[in-house]
Amino acid sequence: MIPATDPTARDGAGCIARLAGVAYAIGGRSVFDGLDIEIERGKVTAIMGPSGTGKTTLLRLITGQIRPSAGRIEVDGEDLGRLDTDGLYRLRQRMGMLFQNGALLTDLDVFENVAFPLREHTDLPESLIARIVLMKLQAVGLRGAARLMPSELSGGMARRVALARAIVMDPKILIYDEPFAGLDPIAMGVVLRLIRSTNDALGLTSIVVSHDVQEIGLLADCAYLLSAGRVAASGTPARLAADPAPVVRQFMTGEADGPVPFHYPAPDYEAQLLGAEVPE
Amino acid sequence: MSFVADVAGSGRELAQKWGRFTLFTSRLCAVTPRALLRPRLLVEQVHNSGAQSLVIIMLSGLFVGMVLGLQGFDLLRRFGSTESLGSAVALGLLRELGPVVTALLFAGRAGTALTSEIGLMSATDQLSAMEMMAVDPVRRVCAPRFIGGVIAMPLLAAIFSMTGIFGGQLVGVTLMGVDAGQFWSQMRSAVELRDITEGVIKSGAFGLACSAIAVYEGYHAVPTADGVGRATTRTVVTSSVAVLVLDYMLTAVLL
Repeated sequence: MIPATDPTARDGAGCIARLAGVAYAIGGRSVFDGLDIEIERGKVTAIMGPSGTGKTTLLRLITGQIRPSAGRIEVDGEDLGRLDTDGLYRLRQRMGMLFQNGALLTDLDVFENVAFPLREHTDLPESLIARIVLMKLQAVGLRGAARLMPSELSGGMARRVALARAIVMDPKILIYDEPFAGLDPIAMGVVLRLIRSTNDALGLTSIVVSHDVQEIGLLADCAYLLSAGRVAASGTPARLAADPAPVVRQFMTGEADGPVPFHYPAPDYEAQLLGAEVPE
Repeated sequence: MSFVADVAGSGRELAQKWGRFTLFTSRLCAVTPRALLRPRLLVEQVHNSGAQSLVIIMLSGLFVGMVLGLQGFDLLRRFGSTESLGSAVALGLLRELGPVVTALLFAGRAGTALTSEIGLMSATDQLSAMEMMAVDPVRRVCAPRFIGGVIAMPLLAAIFSMTGIFGGQLVGVTLMGVDAGQFWSQMRSAVELRDITEGVIKSGAFGLACSAIAVYEGYHAVPTADGVGRATTRTVVTSSVAVLVLDYMLTAVLL
């Protein structure tokens, strides 16, 4: 595991986010049914699970982009169900989110992307904005790329710029949606270390949604494994790796078949071939 | 029975769309005063919607004016009053063709650009990222583009009419031999302030409709390549129909 640079930053001082009995459905299909999750303050918590288990949906619930059909979600002491739009926006100023593709604003260069939240929420003088932006870009190693456009960046660089933008307002909680997807090993290692060092240096709480078991094993303090709309297992990555439950074993070892079947439900194979039935 | 159900379903869907559009437009209007406080963003959008449409507007205006000059000359010659060509061209352009053709061209050029830009921002999570940065995308992205379109439309219509009159003069005076003095003096005596006002009111209304439809379709586009493509098509079709319907209604009221 990547060591924490400041052990005091990882002393759990209670929960910063809590989901209790959360249910959510899309188009009549239940995604979550009675989901309970607690995110400890100061730690890196991973949310794992096979594709389609609702990991990104969970992030959208935690950030208030969508509302649960039942249950309660608390983030940094605020009950999301009771917040109006202004309250939600005030809460989001204490949160940062790094999207899977970076989601940089394509008409602004790297510097302006990082400066964007400062320009929108503060009246800081230009000289101070420039200093803050350069410090954040230096932290992610891209001070020299300040005047590049997003189209000129590699996937790993775009994610690092997005990280600089996410931390520019000094948030309490940082949320990562699939931060390792599509990165080469070097970029993956860079992002991995940045997540850990940012969390510890700034005293943040990080929530990382990913299905990269190895990387999460190196990074996370604790992890939740989602399956069939509920938490199938939780604990340290090492504890999850030793969990004997079939659904956990299949995910952690990457078995092709198991509780999550290899084959999508279909009619009888032999009957379909012999009858030369064309799937409708 | 199934036909009745289909009609009822379509009616309900149409009512839902109208409801969504009304809610979105109300939200847009509510955030507009705050968007007006960011003049730099507005100037940028007036440039995108207006200045970048100038070539197509001027070129179209010139040829529409030239056609008006030819057709007008032929028609007026039958009545022996070719000296009225200037007033016919000017009134046709200022009251009707200028605002309508400009709006149709605006829907096809700037409207589609607005829809696809906002739709792609949605498809690439840029709007979600703004929401996560506690920035309202309707205020930051949609409102400046909406206002930019509303400001640009009357200016473009005026430029269209101006180049159209030049085109009419080019054909009528230079090619067909209408007396230049008569052409301009007839125009000056026939065109009243209310003709210009009618054109300005129409182009303002078309600007509101086309810009609102373009940003609405972009903001509500399904965030996929296919979804953005469909939204762009809807922008052109809906805007064009809206312009023609509004044109009839405004003409009936203003005459």
